[in-house]
Amino acid sequence: MEEQNQEQSRLQDVKDIRRLMERSSRFTTLSGLSCLAAGVAALLGAWQAYRYIQNYYGPHPSEWHYTNAAFVQLRDQLLLLAFTVFGVALVTAFYFTWSKSKKQGISLWGHSSRRVFWNMAVPLGAGGLFILGMVWQNEWRFVASACLLFYGLALVNAGKYTLADIRYMGYCEIVLGLLNLFLIPYSVVYWLYFWAVGFGVIHIIYGSLMWYKYDRKSAD
Amino acid sequence: MKNPITGLNKIFDNRIRLGVMSILVVNEEVSFNDLKQMLEVTDGNLATHLVSLEENGYIKVHKGFIGRKTNTTYSVTRNGEKAFSDHVHALENMIKGLK
Repeated sequence: MEEQNQEQSRLQDVKDIRRLMERSSRFTTLSGLSCLAAGVAALLGAWQAYRYIQNYYGPHPSEWHYTNAAFVQLRDQLLLLAFTVFGVALVTAFYFTWSKSKKQGISLWGHSSRRVFWNMAVPLGAGGLFILGMVWQNEWRFVASACLLFYGLALVNAGKYTLADIRYMGYCEIVLGLLNLFLIPYSVVYWLYFWAVGFGVIHIIYGSLMWYKYDRKSAD
Repeated sequence: MKNPITGLNKIFDNRIRLGVMSILVVNEEVSFNDLKQMLEVTDGNLATHLVSLEENGYIKVHKGFIGRKTNTTYSVTRNGEKAFSDHVHALENMIKGLK
C-alpha cells in the first residue's frame, strides 16, 4: 500500500513538472475561434475592397477615370477599410480568447501572454509603420506583400511562446508574401487575392484546425 | 540531500519547491507574483520555500523596483539546474522501472 502511494505521488510529480513547464513558458489559452473570426473579417474586408476597386476602374476600360480625386477617394476608402478590418479582427480575436481564459479560470494578462503580446507587437508595429510610410511615399506595389511578410514574421516570433501552430501559420504568410512579390504582375486585384488568401483563408484553415485540436473537447 | 538509493532529492519532495524549480528552469526570470499566480499558493507559504531554495544555492534572487514598488524576481542557478535535472532523471527511472 505504501509502495503504491509513493508510486502514484511520483507519477503526479512528473505530471506537475510537465504541466508547470508548459504553462509557464507558453501561452496556450489562445482560442481557435479567435483566428477563425479574424479570417472571416479579412475575407469580408477583401470583398468590400474588391468592390471599391471595381468601382474605381468602372465596368469598361473606356470609362476608366484615373482622376486624382477618384484616386484619393479610393485610397481613403481602402485605408479606412483596412483599419476597420484590423480593429474588428482584433476585438473579436480578443473576445474569444478572453472567454476561453475565463472558462479555464486563467487570468489573461499573465507572464506568458505578455511575452506573446510584445513578441508580436514589435514586428507588427514596425511593419505597420513601414507600410504607412510606403503609402505616404505613394508606393503601392509592395503593400500587400509587406503586410503578409511582416505579419508572418510577427507570428513566427510570437510562436515561440504560444501554440506551435501559430509558427507554422507564420511560415505560410511569409511564403505568400514573397510569392506575391516575385510571381504576380502589376495588378491591384491580384494583390488583393493574395491578401485575401493570406489573411482570410489561412486564418480560417488554421483557426478551424486549432479549434479542432484544442478547443473542441473543452467546449463539450 | 540526495537519497543514495533512489537518487531523489529531498528538497524537491515538497510540491511547491518542485513547482518553483519547474517554472524557473524554462524561464529566464520570473517575478514573485507570477510564481504565486502559477502555483496558486499564499505569499507566506511561497516565501518560505523560496528562502529554502535560495539557501541551498538552487535559485538566485534579484531585487528591483518598478517605480516605487519592489519587484523581486528569481532565476535558477547552475547548481539548481543540475540538481533538478538529476531529480527528474531519478523520477523517470523509477517510473520506467516500475512499469
